[in-house]
Amino acid sequence: MIAHIFEDLCNGCGSCVNACPTHVLDPSPAGGPPVIARLDQCQTCFMCELYCASDAIYVGPDQRGPEIVDPETVRASGALGQMRRDHIWNAPPGDQEPLAEYWRLGPLLMEGAQISARRYALKHPPIEPAAEPASPDKAPATASSR
Amino acid sequence: MSGLDLSTEVLVIGGGMAAAWAAIAAAQQGASVTLVDKGFVGTSGVTATAGPGHWWVPPDPKQRQATIEKRYPSSYGLAEKAWMERVIDVTWRTLPQLAPYYAFGKDGDGNTYYPGVRGPEYLRALRAYALDSGVRVLDHHPALELLLHQDGSVAGAAGYARLDRRAWTIRAGAVILATGGCAFRSGLIGSHTNTGDGHLMAAEAGAELSGMEFSSIYTLSPAWCSTRTLPYTASRFFDAAGEELDIPPALADRDHHRALAKAMLEGPVFADLSEAPPALRPILHRIQPATVAPFQRKGVRLFDERFEVKLFGEGTIRGTGGLRIVDEDCQTTVRGLFAAGDTATRELIVGASSGGGSPNSAWALTSGQIAGIAGARLAKADGVRAGERATPAGRAGLRPAGAIAPVDERAAIQTVRDEMLSYDKALWRRRETLQASLVRLDDAWNDVATHRQAEGLDQVAARETAALVASARWSTRAALDRNETRGLHARADAPDLSPDGGKRLLVGGLDEVWTRPEADKPQTAVEVAA
Repeated sequence: MIAHIFEDLCNGCGSCVNACPTHVLDPSPAGGPPVIARLDQCQTCFMCELYCASDAIYVGPDQRGPEIVDPETVRASGALGQMRRDHIWNAPPGDQEPLAEYWRLGPLLMEGAQISARRYALKHPPIEPAAEPASPDKAPATASSR
Repeated sequence: MSGLDLSTEVLVIGGGMAAAWAAIAAAQQGASVTLVDKGFVGTSGVTATAGPGHWWVPPDPKQRQATIEKRYPSSYGLAEKAWMERVIDVTWRTLPQLAPYYAFGKDGDGNTYYPGVRGPEYLRALRAYALDSGVRVLDHHPALELLLHQDGSVAGAAGYARLDRRAWTIRAGAVILATGGCAFRSGLIGSHTNTGDGHLMAAEAGAELSGMEFSSIYTLSPAWCSTRTLPYTASRFFDAAGEELDIPPALADRDHHRALAKAMLEGPVFADLSEAPPALRPILHRIQPATVAPFQRKGVRLFDERFEVKLFGEGTIRGTGGLRIVDEDCQTTVRGLFAAGDTATRELIVGASSGGGSPNSAWALTSGQIAGIAGARLAKADGVRAGERATPAGRAGLRPAGAIAPVDERAAIQTVRDEMLSYDKALWRRRETLQASLVRLDDAWNDVATHRQAEGLDQVAARETAALVASARWSTRAALDRNETRGLHARADAPDLSPDGGKRLLVGGLDEVWTRPEADKPQTAVEVAA
């Protein structure tokens, strides 16, 4: 859940208030950092970090309840801005670098699935001549991630 | 602050991919289009936080026919091949339109890679495309209810602008519901806003639903945070004592989830990713950044340390049920009211099995396009009729049937979670437990519908609560009345296909929930009345 907004980094632009899909934040009445007004609605989706151009927001990893963090430990951890750096969110339009590896999602997902399928088959040699052929409904849950 | 009153030819409700594609299509037809979303178009919903793959088959008739023939059996007779073909075709022709806004990369062979897109970038691109197409986008404008003309056709919607703290009313010639499916507040990433709002609004206007029994499906994630599933497919699993569990592989789908669920009912289950594809380690953060962060920040070495996992319910998102579609235009049983994406039943293309992943994404795009074009056409033909009287259709949470009294909404939502997400109740459905669930859900409904009257911002949560309970009741009642096992719907007390089960099961109603098998040819309510 969203755990801390760094007052010294926040420029009060309000992007996170707007970007949060679940209305966790209220704008500060004084133009300062936004107020975490409805923490129970935070779904730990990291979208506020992605839309914070000042890298001033830290979302904790646990969605089950409020998290107490030490701001200076977070600052030193390098986590601030990590989501934007990994996405290469500020790349110029048309730059293919941010999504250069993206096509590998499907093949790697399937490779993992086949690793576990082979492992299972070794432990469970088929008794019948052939198991039911893989029907299309068995693949989608893993063949493509939403 | 005074309210916002607008008039538009096409009103789109929702902010995910289906909503955006619908708004774009309607605007390209020359209609004035307003899109209202509960959240922010760009971060809202389950696509924004994920990476949808689209059903992607080149326009070679043989290849497409082979794809459809291979897929069709898993629908257990509930899909329609013509719809499958149409969805594949529209997706193939439409998705590349996004190229000016989305930097499609290359695949391993140097060709442009279209079908798989990353959620935040995809939705950012769709937002830009919609705005450039002339769509008026109103973020944080949750719709609370539909407005109806005296003849029963849809007249617009009303809602509450939650950042501006004021009511809004929008009259429209056509309304497209693209509010997503319902995950029953499971904690699934991106699904907090997916509470079945569109289902409830539509049902109050007289719409029917279909396939709501196909709603028991889960995804695996670390116990502390729902993520995407890319790294987990090669996982080994262990119990708390360190004994390896015998879990069928991820490809076994329901058997995989059932075995995990069974183990989780007995105690904590831990995943071990040490056998994951080696190529994944250095680039996972470049593919799914938000999957890596919950591990790094918790100090768990994803590939080198065992960690506790749990199953997050997907409800009707990866399930297939939703509003019934009665014509080629994605219209519901209410004239002028269209459904797109996960708000609509996806039985048309996947029947009783999950369309999770690429079919559902292709459906969202296609149904959005179809509904957008049809909505624009209808609005042009009939006009907005803004001078006519329009009646608000919302009930539960807004206009209680009895004496106004405090209602424990948290308790109502917990009831939904207990009845819909408990592994034993969802994956081994039985008549007795379904009946007991219905009693509890009916009580929750009666409480909200009879007593709750929310004001201001509280209306949003009150309507979410009502929609969650309503969706849970439709799912449970349909699961009770489909007395067989078919696709995603697994009855422990009726483990086989029934010869009578090859029809879609319609469900609807608010205070009294009903079901009936679908007749062969659907008709709109207006046609029936005429």
